[in-house]
Amino acid sequence: MIGRNSLFGPLDPAPDAGYTDAPKRKGFFTDTSVCIGCKACEVACKEWNDVPENLFEMLGTSYDNSHSLNANQWRHVAFIEKPASKPAVDLGMPSVGAPVSEVHEDDKPDFQWLMSSDVCKHCTHAACLDVCPTGSLFRSEFGTVVVQDDICNGCGYCVAACPYGVIDRRRGPEGDPKVGIAQKCTLCYDRLTDGQRPACAAACPTESIQYGDVEELRERANARVELLHERGVMDARLYGNDPEDGVGGTGAMFLLLDEPEVYGLPPDPVVTTKDLPRMFTRAGMAGTALLVGAALSFVRRRP
Amino acid sequence: MAEAHPVGFQWVVEAQQRGAKVIHVDPRFTRTSAVADKHVPIRVGSDIAFLGGIISYVLENGLDFRDYVVNYTNAATLVSDRFEDTDDLDGLFSGFDPDKRTYDPTSWQYDVEDGPGEQSTAQADDSEETQAQRESAAGLQHEAHGMQVEGKPRRDETLQHPRCVYQVLRRHFARYTPEMVEQTCGVSQADFLEVCRAWTENSGRERTTALVYSVGWTQHSVGVQYIRTGAILQLLLGNMGRPGGGVMALRGHASIQGSTDIPTLFNILPGYLPMPNPDQHPTLTDYVDSIRNPGSKGFWSKADAYTVSLLKAYWGDAATPDNDFCFDYLPRITGDHGTYRTVLDMIDGKVSGYFLLGQNPAVGSAHGRAQRLGMANLDWLVVRDLFEIESASFWKDSPEVATGEIVPEECRTEVFLFPAASYAEKEGTFTQTQRMLQWREKAVDPPGDCRSELWFFYHLGRMVRERLAGSTDERDRPVLDLAWDYPVHDEGALGTEGAQAWGEPSAEAVLKEINGFDVATGRPLSSFVEMKADGSTAGGCWIYTGVFADGVNQANRRKSRHDQSFVAPEWGWAWPLNRRILYNRASADPEGRPWSERKAFVWWDPDKGEAGEWTGHDVPDFEKTKAPSYRAPEGSEGVEAIEGVDPFIMQGDGKGALYAPQGLIDGPMPTHYEPVESPFRNPLYGQQANPTRKQYRRDDNQLNPAPPEEHSDVFPFVFTTSRLTEHHTAGGMSRYLEHLAELQPEMFVEVSPALAREQGLEHMGWCHVVTARSAVEGRVMVTERLRPLRIEGRTVHQVWMPYHWGGGGLVTGDSANDLFGISLDPNVLIQESKVGTCDVRPGRRPTGAALRELVTDYARRAGIVDGVHPRVVTASADAQARSLAAAETSDDDQEGQ
Repeated sequence: MIGRNSLFGPLDPAPDAGYTDAPKRKGFFTDTSVCIGCKACEVACKEWNDVPENLFEMLGTSYDNSHSLNANQWRHVAFIEKPASKPAVDLGMPSVGAPVSEVHEDDKPDFQWLMSSDVCKHCTHAACLDVCPTGSLFRSEFGTVVVQDDICNGCGYCVAACPYGVIDRRRGPEGDPKVGIAQKCTLCYDRLTDGQRPACAAACPTESIQYGDVEELRERANARVELLHERGVMDARLYGNDPEDGVGGTGAMFLLLDEPEVYGLPPDPVVTTKDLPRMFTRAGMAGTALLVGAALSFVRRRP
Repeated sequence: MAEAHPVGFQWVVEAQQRGAKVIHVDPRFTRTSAVADKHVPIRVGSDIAFLGGIISYVLENGLDFRDYVVNYTNAATLVSDRFEDTDDLDGLFSGFDPDKRTYDPTSWQYDVEDGPGEQSTAQADDSEETQAQRESAAGLQHEAHGMQVEGKPRRDETLQHPRCVYQVLRRHFARYTPEMVEQTCGVSQADFLEVCRAWTENSGRERTTALVYSVGWTQHSVGVQYIRTGAILQLLLGNMGRPGGGVMALRGHASIQGSTDIPTLFNILPGYLPMPNPDQHPTLTDYVDSIRNPGSKGFWSKADAYTVSLLKAYWGDAATPDNDFCFDYLPRITGDHGTYRTVLDMIDGKVSGYFLLGQNPAVGSAHGRAQRLGMANLDWLVVRDLFEIESASFWKDSPEVATGEIVPEECRTEVFLFPAASYAEKEGTFTQTQRMLQWREKAVDPPGDCRSELWFFYHLGRMVRERLAGSTDERDRPVLDLAWDYPVHDEGALGTEGAQAWGEPSAEAVLKEINGFDVATGRPLSSFVEMKADGSTAGGCWIYTGVFADGVNQANRRKSRHDQSFVAPEWGWAWPLNRRILYNRASADPEGRPWSERKAFVWWDPDKGEAGEWTGHDVPDFEKTKAPSYRAPEGSEGVEAIEGVDPFIMQGDGKGALYAPQGLIDGPMPTHYEPVESPFRNPLYGQQANPTRKQYRRDDNQLNPAPPEEHSDVFPFVFTTSRLTEHHTAGGMSRYLEHLAELQPEMFVEVSPALAREQGLEHMGWCHVVTARSAVEGRVMVTERLRPLRIEGRTVHQVWMPYHWGGGGLVTGDSANDLFGISLDPNVLIQESKVGTCDVRPGRRPTGAALRELVTDYARRAGIVDGVHPRVVTASADAQARSLAAAETSDDDQEGQ
């Protein structure tokens, strides 16, 4: 059942995928303005989903030693140290985001330490799902995107398709049965079917990670950003809450305190399969033209 | 708080959402600062100057909550005319004995109208007695017992008399100006005044401010006085005994409050009863009288009932009136048996065996090398932990093995490592910082041979008693006469017989015994008021009485906060008697009306009961029917002497102590002393650091020189340590688990960009930090979260390290606590392990014997010589003589009367 917006534009994904009595779409609202960087989400996620260790290496990117979202890291807390308005020295530290020179220094408050727990966005239009040849990735009745690791053949198409760089094939540790298999956040599908919250949301002490109906979360996010603006936090902005954006809005939206790039998020993600219909049309046209041309060439040769 | 107490921090975030302003004062920018409204960086070890500055701001501008201060604190009480302050005595208070390095507090006392002269007997400690109190960390006892006041101290309710506490305090803190704070703490005057305004504007009838600290605040040679400064400020602003106020200690572990209530400390028994010593407490009567002080006021007058009930809980039927309820069976203390003294005694070969339970001193205690060398010189060591922690493996893999100081083949200590059950694998209670007990069920069986501490000690006791059975030796009686029978859970796998022999004892049965019961009927007591001194009741901890009221485990209550009042009295159970805020009588005005509707908590209802009753949202911390208008009859004592306007019922005068005439070994008021190791001279007076601190002057505990000694420039930087969210203290519960260990996999050292430049340190390169004790290495973390401060006209760099690592676990590293020496607060013998001086150098530290050579070389350059220890008393000779004379004068006077 392919609708008008099945690949791009606003949509309620579960009914679009064919569920008739789907519950309301579920998702996350991560309010980074109250994140304290405790990483309880990372740990709770790994404990519940039996995700093995990622790496035992100090990275030097502030307190982030998890690096990024990957097959062994389904929640990732970014730590960004924003220099004070007049830095005495270039720290030479690896950092994500816009170069310091672009910041209008006088407008900025003093030193800031930003923290944000990133996760799979559970896109309205999920490119990973669109390209999966085995049906391992599926749209759940909650509107989320879930991998079935017993079906995945490890082809890796989804890895290239994700505009956020979330989904990844597991590389280790050696002996892990899921090495080679694509892995990412399931929004705790097994907990949801049991009426429970995802593990990360349950563990978050400050309610930075909120779980609920996407529609309601969008309203909550709008109210929160308005409140922060009233309190003078003009940098507060939402990310992923717009159904008109490149992925049709996400199931996991964020309240950020700076540009998305600062947190390592793409500023304007577009579902990589957006152009499929057009590409098919054009490819079809080109193919037809080719065929027609070829046919014509025979036609002309006829004496 | 967000770093070390992320779960509790949710309430701060919630308060912030509702409009509360959060101010974070910390040497470095932490996760707490990240979400706080204001971060104020401060020089480590200068907190008394900072808070003293706020106190001065309050007093000089008349911003105190005057009705509260006059009625509920000792502001109006007059102090003896013999009292002399630090400003006049070069940093000493009157009564200092330079030989003993303790005070005779006689001259600190109240000016009493009708007493036997100015100082009554209960108050007349001399410096010798104070010395004994320091040895036994008696401050812990005073903390709970309050001061003894006899007779009627003179008062001036206008607060104008030059000797009233209010004026004494004002003069004392007058030097703590914004300029002085800036020079001493490195806090700009603008920042400082912003904190002053925020704190004072948010205090009063309509609003209250909470002061929250984590226990690193106590780990200073003036730790107790830090807390005192905070308490004085909160009293002046009327923030004690009221909702939203208070001084909140965030304890370091889930049940550390519980482990002082039912103590793991050498100097107190359950319920803050002191541990007896043979000199002062030859008999039960002497012991009880020393606690209740016949003739003085307050709630300790029933100490006999609490003590006898405890003895009945210990020795059951064997405890009878004829044998003083087995009082002689109690062990006695003869002086300092604190953890640091014990470790040094181990090095000296005076200790043969040691138990470690859930503690990892090889990593977690100050002066790690001394800890490990001590443990390597025992006959036996029992370690019960979740993993083979460094305190169990030191003999084969500690840094001292690398240096050759411990030789595994020759180490005489026999280590017994027992696998312990974790909190989810056993039942029992946690007592948190609000004094609330919360029962928890066992979630899963512990794996393999892991067992609870309760199991271990019950069966150890059972086996020792079996071994001693039939002994006629008198010294075995205390063990053989113990009431040592607890029901055990029927564990299917063991069968009935096995359960008797090896089953898990019922923790609920133990809680029932702690609660107390009527000996004849077994009926659980509902309140400690029911405890008797005749042996008809037993109870393991009088302040916990009521936790099993009506035979119900009250700690197991789990009524949702949405289904009850905002005080949530039916969630868990708080001692005493389920009161959620102590001294909550202070939440009402002198007439018993709420200070404001907004802050109504407990009030007097004249229409309730026969002649009025205290009522409100919380259980009133006051005699229910004692009217606000009640005044004590002449000559009354004990509870009767507490008047209707005396909310601080454990204090001898019922008043909050802005000035403490007794109970503190280092002075009646906090005053700024430099940390023992500091690059700066004390800006206020000649006395550099706390003159009464406990100092073990030994060659294996050398300290970095501090002014006025020379060569402090060899260790030019200040360092401090604390926890990371990702790890748990000494790492026993985090470094051995992959999901936690990977979050912070390496030891690191945080430095400011300026220090990095100065010392040639590269981000993510290596550096090592050196003190007179050791050198530790870590990766360099260059961050603006640390910034240099301007102190006394020069720049000081502060260095920060987490202290979680050791040689064991999935992630290993050097232990920051190896850097600290042992200097202790005199009141409670806590170590100064949050501030020291150091050098920081690029590159890795030397290993093996070269490590000791490096440290020795530093010591040589710093002028540290074996057998020579820097002066502790640095006040001028003249000031010392005058301070001593103040004590002698008063002694003579007393004898003359």
